[in-house]
Amino acid sequence: MVDITPNRGMTPIVKTVAGWVRGITFLFGLYIILFGHITPGGGFAGGVILALVYVLMTLCCGKQKAFEKLPLHWAAELDSVGAIMFLIIAWLGMWSILGGSFFTNYIARWNPGLPYHIFSSGTIPLCNIAIALKVAASLFLIFMLLVTTKVVHGPNE
Amino acid sequence: MHYALVLMLFMIGLYGVVVKRNLIKIIISLVIMETAINVFIIMIGYRSDGMAPIMQQTMAPEVFVRTSVDPVPQALVLTAIVIGLGVTAMTVSIAMRLYERYGTYDVREIRRLRG
Amino acid sequence: MQIIPLFVAIPLGAAFFIPMVGRKNPRLSDTLANLVTLALLVMAISVIGKNGVYWMGGWVPRLGIPVGINLVLDGVSVFMLVTITLISFMATLYSIQYMDKFTSKSRFYSLFLLMVTGMIGVSLTGDLFNLYVFLEIASIASYALVAFGCQHEELEASFKYLVLGSVGSSLILFAIAIMYSLTGTLNMAQMSMQLGGGFQPIHLFAIALFIAGFGLKAALIPFHAWLPDAHPSAPAPISAMLSGLVIKTIGIYAMARILLNVIGLTPAISTILLVFGTVSMVIGVLLCMGQDDIKRFLAYSSISQVGYIILGLGLGTRLGIAAALFHLLNHAVFKSLLFLNAGAVEYATGTRDLNKMGGLRDKMPVTSATSMIGSMSIAGVPPFAGFWSKLFIIVACVQAERYGYATWAAGVSVLTLAAYMRLQRRTFFGEPKEAYANAKEVPGFMQVSMLGLAALTIFMGLLWIPQAREVFLTPAAKVLQEGLNYASGILGM
Repeated sequence: MVDITPNRGMTPIVKTVAGWVRGITFLFGLYIILFGHITPGGGFAGGVILALVYVLMTLCCGKQKAFEKLPLHWAAELDSVGAIMFLIIAWLGMWSILGGSFFTNYIARWNPGLPYHIFSSGTIPLCNIAIALKVAASLFLIFMLLVTTKVVHGPNE
Repeated sequence: MHYALVLMLFMIGLYGVVVKRNLIKIIISLVIMETAINVFIIMIGYRSDGMAPIMQQTMAPEVFVRTSVDPVPQALVLTAIVIGLGVTAMTVSIAMRLYERYGTYDVREIRRLRG
Repeated sequence: MQIIPLFVAIPLGAAFFIPMVGRKNPRLSDTLANLVTLALLVMAISVIGKNGVYWMGGWVPRLGIPVGINLVLDGVSVFMLVTITLISFMATLYSIQYMDKFTSKSRFYSLFLLMVTGMIGVSLTGDLFNLYVFLEIASIASYALVAFGCQHEELEASFKYLVLGSVGSSLILFAIAIMYSLTGTLNMAQMSMQLGGGFQPIHLFAIALFIAGFGLKAALIPFHAWLPDAHPSAPAPISAMLSGLVIKTIGIYAMARILLNVIGLTPAISTILLVFGTVSMVIGVLLCMGQDDIKRFLAYSSISQVGYIILGLGLGTRLGIAAALFHLLNHAVFKSLLFLNAGAVEYATGTRDLNKMGGLRDKMPVTSATSMIGSMSIAGVPPFAGFWSKLFIIVACVQAERYGYATWAAGVSVLTLAAYMRLQRRTFFGEPKEAYANAKEVPGFMQVSMLGLAALTIFMGLLWIPQAREVFLTPAAKVLQEGLNYASGILGM
């Protein structure tokens, strides 16, 4: 469960409750991302909620716990991977169907799916996932770099 | 009438950017200005007694077109909020580095470039 | 026409790919970035003379009403594309060796390519909010690049630039919101068809906000306060990009596209542009004559030359607009050349102060020769390219019977000549100072890029010959001058 050593982070009550809330918040963020084409939300909002889980962990349990779950260099890689995935999904629109253009929704033309269900509206859920990956990684990086790291000058400054 | 309130919020933000001397207050005034613009964009799409632009399973498209508010400004604001967030993050990190170099947040002290 | 979205997608993809692979290996990120800018340059040259509209996602207009975002390739877009890709290729060549002194080259190239993406997007787009998004991409990347070295002056200059740039962007977004509420559409072609006619006070408010917002981005005179601090403090290839491209693309080009194609040039707007242009010219050159720092001198001179371009655009005649666009291209080339030279001088001697320099001509032959070529071109000495563009701006003023503006333009040209000759004498001629006895010439790629730009300056004057002009300049001037016919061209395709 959670590490409730009392001399790092906040009190054990806060850490226990944060441990329960963490899982539910992550699941809620995933729900908003995946159902972004039916209910309000989508990539941006879901990505922000995912990043907030790590902010919660940093505030309650200290930065080592947050870095155990997601090291800094992995977040930078995920950032780039999210953006490149989005571009590849968009670029495939040019080749998939005859006369397609850059952002064509080729999955919807091939297999539309029932409206108001999760497997509908083509490439939009995939784009939501890519954007959420990028936004979550970016916000995690911004928060961690601004709050938990310090500038150390090199020897010749 | 409501547009006048939004314009006043924008002017408060602009006043803060121009007059205030502390770097952090300038950043907060920038955020107020961008929020005012976002509120203005959403207010443009309003239709009297309209409903939120979420289409439900039992609704016909004609009913949706007739009664909902304009969804385009809401999509624009989503993008504008994220852009504002990016600019704010960058400004804050530059302000932190400035404090660490100059030792003060006062704009009148941070004045090596002149002429 | 399938190539049009690749202009935006390739630098964007490379900007995210380079930090993934190049973090441990700077040479790999050098190679990738230069390949990308070279590919963009080849693609841009291959679309000269073609026109087309590309509707994203296959959302073609239904019943003549646009429902999607479009990318437009017409004369002006091709013109700006060639300018942007050319200067960015030269700047990436230069930064192979210049940026060795800085850490994390992969992040530099990533931000650089994001800036290029933003500028190419602004040139190509046909939708007003898409213009705002690409403008913000380019601006945010340039705020980060100005602060890249994290020294005292760079951070202070970047903060000033950031605050003023954000205010400018907010004004532009405000104006876009007002225009959307008045016309109900965001597509530039359809908006110009809806507007056509007289303006009520609310339209004038939006036009004023546009001029203020884009004036902040282009550094016209009441709005220029960020430029003399931001351009000197940035690393040299970034100063070249900022001064040569960014203020022109997201400032002048976007303002020209909206004011001439969407809103239409009325006599009031024309007078405003003429007055702003003249004031920028005069005050820019007067302020630049007293500077001691090479790059600050060049930055104030940029304000002055931007005034020339706005003067030409404000005239509204075919010759005026063609001369203004030609001056835009020329200024991009020779101002980048001058900034790269200043960077080379700083690389060799470690200082930018004119009082401490002198006699570098024997030790740095390539730099001083190219610097002399650039200075003569910007001052308007025949047969270099700058002479032709300034001459035709003055001729266009006389043709439109605005003799006062023509006299101001000629006077400013004489003052520019005096200022640059003084700069050359203090930097390169005269007695060598002992402190710089071991200043040597800069490394290979930097010389290649400076020589390339100098050769372009010499031969660019040939673009005014009628055969070359028909291919490149005249289509651009025609699109802007015919103003409101832009709309029928787009929606008819």
